[in-house]
Amino acid sequence: MTPEAAVGLVVVAIAVLAVVALLAWRSRRKQGSAPARRTEAAARDAARVADRVVDRVAERAPTAAAGPSLRDRLGKARAALAGSLASALDRPSISEEAWTSVTEALIRADVGLTTSSEIVSAARARVEAGGDGQVDAMAALRAELRDRLGRVDRSLARRDDGAHPSVWLFVGVNGTGKTTTIGKLAKREADGGTDVVLAAGDTFRAAAADQLAMWAERSSAHIVRGAAGADPASVVFDAVESAAARGAELVLADTAGRFHTEQNLMAELQKVRRVAEKGSGVVTETLLVLDATTGQNGLAQARQFIEAVDVTGVVLTKLDGSAKGGIVVSVQTELGVPVKLVGVGEAIADLVPFDAAEFTDALFA
Amino acid sequence: MFDTLTSRFETVFSRLRGKGRLSEQDVDAALAEIRVALLEADVNLDVVANLTARIRRRAVGEELSGALNPAQQVVKIVLAELTSSLGGEQLVLSYAPKPPTVVLLAGLQGTGKTTNAAKLAQWFLRRGRSPLLVGADLQRPAAVEQLRTLGERAGVPVFSHPRSPVKAASAALAEAARTGRDVVIVDTAGRLAIDAEMMDQVRRISKAVRPHYTFLVVDSTVGQDAVNSARAFHDTLGIDGVILTKLDGDARGGAALSVKEVVGRPIAFASVGEKLEDFEPFHPDRLASRILGMGDVETLIDKAEAAFEAEQAEEAASRLLEGTFTFDDFLSTMQQVLGMGNLRSLLGMMPGLPQEMRGADIDEGRIGRITGMIHSMTPAERAEPDIIDASRRQRIAAGSGCRPADVKALVDQFKQMRSAMRGLGGLAGKRRASSPKPGAARAGRKGRRSAGGRTTPKGPAPVSKAPLALPGLEKGDWPGLN
Repeated sequence: MTPEAAVGLVVVAIAVLAVVALLAWRSRRKQGSAPARRTEAAARDAARVADRVVDRVAERAPTAAAGPSLRDRLGKARAALAGSLASALDRPSISEEAWTSVTEALIRADVGLTTSSEIVSAARARVEAGGDGQVDAMAALRAELRDRLGRVDRSLARRDDGAHPSVWLFVGVNGTGKTTTIGKLAKREADGGTDVVLAAGDTFRAAAADQLAMWAERSSAHIVRGAAGADPASVVFDAVESAAARGAELVLADTAGRFHTEQNLMAELQKVRRVAEKGSGVVTETLLVLDATTGQNGLAQARQFIEAVDVTGVVLTKLDGSAKGGIVVSVQTELGVPVKLVGVGEAIADLVPFDAAEFTDALFA
Repeated sequence: MFDTLTSRFETVFSRLRGKGRLSEQDVDAALAEIRVALLEADVNLDVVANLTARIRRRAVGEELSGALNPAQQVVKIVLAELTSSLGGEQLVLSYAPKPPTVVLLAGLQGTGKTTNAAKLAQWFLRRGRSPLLVGADLQRPAAVEQLRTLGERAGVPVFSHPRSPVKAASAALAEAARTGRDVVIVDTAGRLAIDAEMMDQVRRISKAVRPHYTFLVVDSTVGQDAVNSARAFHDTLGIDGVILTKLDGDARGGAALSVKEVVGRPIAFASVGEKLEDFEPFHPDRLASRILGMGDVETLIDKAEAAFEAEQAEEAASRLLEGTFTFDDFLSTMQQVLGMGNLRSLLGMMPGLPQEMRGADIDEGRIGRITGMIHSMTPAERAEPDIIDASRRQRIAAGSGCRPADVKALVDQFKQMRSAMRGLGGLAGKRRASSPKPGAARAGRKGRRSAGGRTTPKGPAPVSKAPLALPGLEKGDWPGLN
């Protein structure tokens, strides 16, 4: 392709996109929704909070020498934070600095700048409402996080019409642990006396079906697989029908990892979900698998998957590492989808129900 | 959710015009915005503190140049600092005098080690080497099968050992010598940095094969924890370089900055898609503007190239610059733009776009309505929208199930875009005419092409000023926005 053509492509694309975007923007303005104000205030807030937190970090570890010394400081910073957090929050009157430490801890846990500062101001309000030293800061934070994470139903739904099978569909970006989660869950459900069928709907990644087949063996679940590159919707459909024929109660459907930005792949996923209900099955859970190491992009992932396939819950994997998985706080507060399961290790038993209190404690540990 | 850094700076600096130098207060005001941008891009807090201190030193007292406004100037400083933080020293791969050259890949679970082992193998293959892939991941079920399938696809043999990852790795060296393979790429199991037993295992693998290069595979969606795992892997293995994966999503990839600061070794490769070919040397300047959320014209160009029919687009582009762009061109371009991926993420990559429009809600229904309106036009109307009067508008509206006002909005917007583009075309044409060779106006581009190993310099008279601003499309020029 000639250079002129390449430039041309982009100019044309930008021009056309601009027209479409402008039309969209105008019509939104006409409908009178104006979230811009709030955003501006939130942006100012965030900038102020970032300012304070970063200043504090910089103070604690003067940035005299750049380079290798940073590596050593990182470890110390974490330890120092844990120490200062505990002592600061124990004192009867809580200083500005202590609240900044809390914000810092939340940011380090990937809760995100905006959500962190919201949580801290809400906790402060609770303490202040309680009068001098009446409300313990840590208790206020816990209460705030508990409210945000909510007392929601975290059980995994099955059909309540007495018919079978129920389908649980697993979705997410690449490498979050969908196949492994299904493997563990299959074992758990099978041990609980449920007849489980696995659908090897990841027909894209090399050997994904083999991986699932090994899990199926471990849990003696039945597996339905298609050829490599087969239509994932048809594999899931076959699995549902096979489950119905065998009288199995539950189908766990794997899907290929896909980025939420790939429109075609998201459309494919919508088709999988549709087709899963075409025969005898009903999709009772669509679970988004999120990796605990994921940062702020997790929110964008959740938003797009929710929009595409109506996600009912989150599985937070790899929580046994040093990552805290704080992004799920934002996912639940902003998008209203709760965490239902947590992966805390490689063993089959290491998939456990989410516990909001434990999770909150770990955020500050 | 937030505005781009540039337009946020515009607000910060709106009172500053006419000053000679950036004062400390001016810079501090801008730094607050920079911190937010960096934190939202998942740059580690400690690294943010470090970086902003460096940026501050660099920016305070900087003389304001006449060419750029203060906001643009600070953005330029920030971009330069991020680019040099991400780049700096290049990793030059040299081959062992006594083959094979051994490369070890390590990282957390799910970062893409196996896939990138195969991508790296193909990269070596294309450079005339004969690589051997080694499956030393016996932890994850079927990981070796996955590697075999990928190896087959790349045309690279795969070696493994059914029980011991350490034996697999060490026996692979003999196998390579026996079969005349000169590069050995060892894929290891994903492991948590705090898992002592598994970290010991990878240390033993490393001891057994004594790799010439050890690459840490880092997922670009990773958050604040990136520094902890990077440090642990670096302490255990001594990392020589980083492979940054999953850049095909819309994660800002700030973790790369964190990892770079911790490990102090170059980011060697970037994985930008699911195909084996979607693997390229890393471009620090691209990631720097991506981290700041400033738009990414380079990625946009790449995506456009993949999605567009070259000839057709070339014609459409020249008609656009000449001002004879038709609704038919518009329609076919729109279809191709849709093939480039999620529209919202595409909008995010566009430089100089006001924030309101970045967040614009473009759904399929809207695209469908626009398509419908254009389909309801006669060929003459599509070629020359000026002839669309009230009665024609009525007919088009009826034909597409829209309101006449919608038709008017589309036609007006289209005409405005066309005349803005015609101005741009005149500009580009003049520049081209004044230079000795066609396309010499591309000089403003950074040296990405040479680094990227592409032989055709592509590039942009009209977009060369990006990502600071797209000429002719600056905020004030968006009709109906100000």
